[in-house]
Amino acid sequence: MYGKGRIIPALILFLGVMTSPMWYCSGDAGNLPKPEKPKDYTECVAPTQFMRTSHMVLLNQWRDDILREDGARKGITANGTEYDRSLQNGCMKCHSNKKKFCDVCHEYTSVKPYCWDCHLQPKEAM
Amino acid sequence: MIEKALKGSTGYWVWMIFLLSLMGVGGLCYAQQFNYGLGITGMSRDVTWGVYISQFTFLVGVAAGGLMLVLPYYLHNYKAFGRIVILGEFMAIAAIVMCLMFIIADLGQPMRAMNVLLYPTPNSMLFWDMIVLNGYLILNVLCGWVVLHSEYKGIKYPKWIKPFIYLSIPWAISIHTVTAFLYCGLPGRHFWLTAILAPRFLASAFAAGPALLLIIAMVLKRVTKFDVGREAQDKLVTIIGYAALLNFFFLGCEFFVAYYSQIPGHMHTLDYLFWGLGHGDQVFNNLVPFMRASVVMGLTGIGLIFYSRAKQCDGLLVLSCALIFISFWIDKGLGLVLGGFVPSPLDYVTEYVPSFQELGVTVAVWATGAFILSILYKVAISVKLEKEA
Amino acid sequence: MDSKRRDFLKIAGLTAIAGIAAPSAFNTLLKGEALASAGPAASGHGAAAPTGKRYGMVIDVKKFTENPGLAEQCVSACHTIHNVPDFGNKKDEIKWLWVESYEHVFPEHSQDKRPDALKEMPILTLCNHCDKPPCVRACPTKATFKKKNGIVAMDYHRCIGCRFCMAACPYGARSFNWRDPRGKDANGRPFIKAENPKYPTRMRGVVEKCNFCTERLAIGQIPACVEVATQTKGLIFGDLNDPNSEISQVLKTSFTIQRNPAIGTHPSLFYII
Repeated sequence: MYGKGRIIPALILFLGVMTSPMWYCSGDAGNLPKPEKPKDYTECVAPTQFMRTSHMVLLNQWRDDILREDGARKGITANGTEYDRSLQNGCMKCHSNKKKFCDVCHEYTSVKPYCWDCHLQPKEAM
Repeated sequence: MIEKALKGSTGYWVWMIFLLSLMGVGGLCYAQQFNYGLGITGMSRDVTWGVYISQFTFLVGVAAGGLMLVLPYYLHNYKAFGRIVILGEFMAIAAIVMCLMFIIADLGQPMRAMNVLLYPTPNSMLFWDMIVLNGYLILNVLCGWVVLHSEYKGIKYPKWIKPFIYLSIPWAISIHTVTAFLYCGLPGRHFWLTAILAPRFLASAFAAGPALLLIIAMVLKRVTKFDVGREAQDKLVTIIGYAALLNFFFLGCEFFVAYYSQIPGHMHTLDYLFWGLGHGDQVFNNLVPFMRASVVMGLTGIGLIFYSRAKQCDGLLVLSCALIFISFWIDKGLGLVLGGFVPSPLDYVTEYVPSFQELGVTVAVWATGAFILSILYKVAISVKLEKEA
Repeated sequence: MDSKRRDFLKIAGLTAIAGIAAPSAFNTLLKGEALASAGPAASGHGAAAPTGKRYGMVIDVKKFTENPGLAEQCVSACHTIHNVPDFGNKKDEIKWLWVESYEHVFPEHSQDKRPDALKEMPILTLCNHCDKPPCVRACPTKATFKKKNGIVAMDYHRCIGCRFCMAACPYGARSFNWRDPRGKDANGRPFIKAENPKYPTRMRGVVEKCNFCTERLAIGQIPACVEVATQTKGLIFGDLNDPNSEISQVLKTSFTIQRNPAIGTHPSLFYII
């Protein structure tokens, strides 16, 4: 290889710099997010584990169903409680503190959902 | 082959740095637009498309103009175009890239541009425009590069590229037809709702594209040793001249239909563009000087271009091509797109003046096109001059 | 270039193209969403009887002339509950419902020898929710679409802000967010005077228009503008396909005109002048 003496060390340095976020904090997940659950409610629209992995998918499904197919705007939880299938008027009714619930995990994972560009946040968190 | 673009005279580097600085300024303007919103432009609720889309419309024509070189050379074996064909194909690439940049610059939510691919909508002309523009870009990159590369290696181009070259011929017609269909299928805009829009677009494309190409070819003759040849030049004069004449004939047809039928919907926009439109107690005429200049320049250019060929005068040739190019740039760019919005569907007149940032982004996109063109031409000319030496 | 590198690039290029085209191909095939959905068509040539709901509205302009200020109240109700911003200038203006004069709403109708009173009549103007909407035909992402109940709706999540629908609309019913509607003007006044916490705002870069208060219809209420005008019966809203609805009765007995009928969009809005 032409220029082996310069290329190989440069390549190693480059790989090192590029992977630095990984080995710099190796093994330490940092401060795990602790979202504050709402005090007055005991269950969510779906099981917690499902919500953790797929709440964005659920919101998209609600959106496409209600907006395009005139789907039902009310849903029923497993225990028979009625809820609004809506981010602003459903989820935020119980999880009324966006900073202490939604933002905690989103900031940790560096996720910036653009929902809030349009959907209004509940007043307390603003 | 692309390494040929990295070696050049001082003049070449000065030119490239100049273009890069224009691109930088435009980039800053676009950043402002991205942060503030499209409101930073001169567009309004009534005039929802401005400089960006008008440049896009014009440049699709310039890209389609490359067809006028490919068709004679590849389909009819017109050998005299041998040196100039690659210039046409590369100009098409630069023009299409500019078109795509203008479209992205004009979007309110450019991050969502992929939605056009993710949710294909065959009833929308913008969907087809996306397909044909990108397809034409790929075709030109493929055909231009493969043929040039074969020349570089000193062999004939491979047989498999021929179908793609043949495909690019109807495809060039399709890009401008689809772009015309964006406009001429909208029931509420009487100025655009005419069957002759697509033919008019094609006629002005086949004049403006080769006119620009001829200007650049003359510049190349001065600045490098690359000469496209007297026969190619003269043949292009024929193409440009008659295409431009055809466009003015079509414009004349539009005038006849509007003014003989006296239907207000047809007349009012032409009134606004060419004489000024009195509405309420105001007279709106900010485009009148441009449109009239466009007609004068165009007709003068046509006369001059034939004269320049008779007198074999390159200086006059460049002047006449410039006149024709600018005339059609005004006609299609300013006249067509802005005219469609006057009067608005609610019969109001809102005039449009581009803002500084808008012009900055526009200049930057043109500079990017020139930059890409310069790189591609540097490669093409270096290869051709080397091989023919 | 060496042939192994060239082969690699060829394969990489083909994979990239397949990777971009595949999701859209799958989307189309699996969801069958390829064509903009068409609602029940009411063709002017006596085609098959329409099925399903078709929401429409009759605007009785006389009632608004007799009740000055009522039209402005309707506009205010609509703009308030939908968080429609007021930018304070014509250029950036956003309006879902507004008041116009006859010559602007019906420019293709005759303006000759009209009664003097016509000029002063406040004519409420909004999206016509056409049966054959050119805006839906134009939208490249189906961000604007026709619902089965006849309402032409907007999906602000999908809109890319190309404004093709605005060019396509023959009635000038659509507005674009040229800037952030949640901003403030030079004096610090927010563009949205009083936020309705039950309804979202929009973001900059998307098109918006009247949605026939879909969110109110879903919970059994009538559109906000209609509610404001209930006493005077200036606005009659209902199902055009239901022969027994109030709106159908009104249409059977009153002469109404529509905006630019010659272009065949079949608006769902009717005006009694």
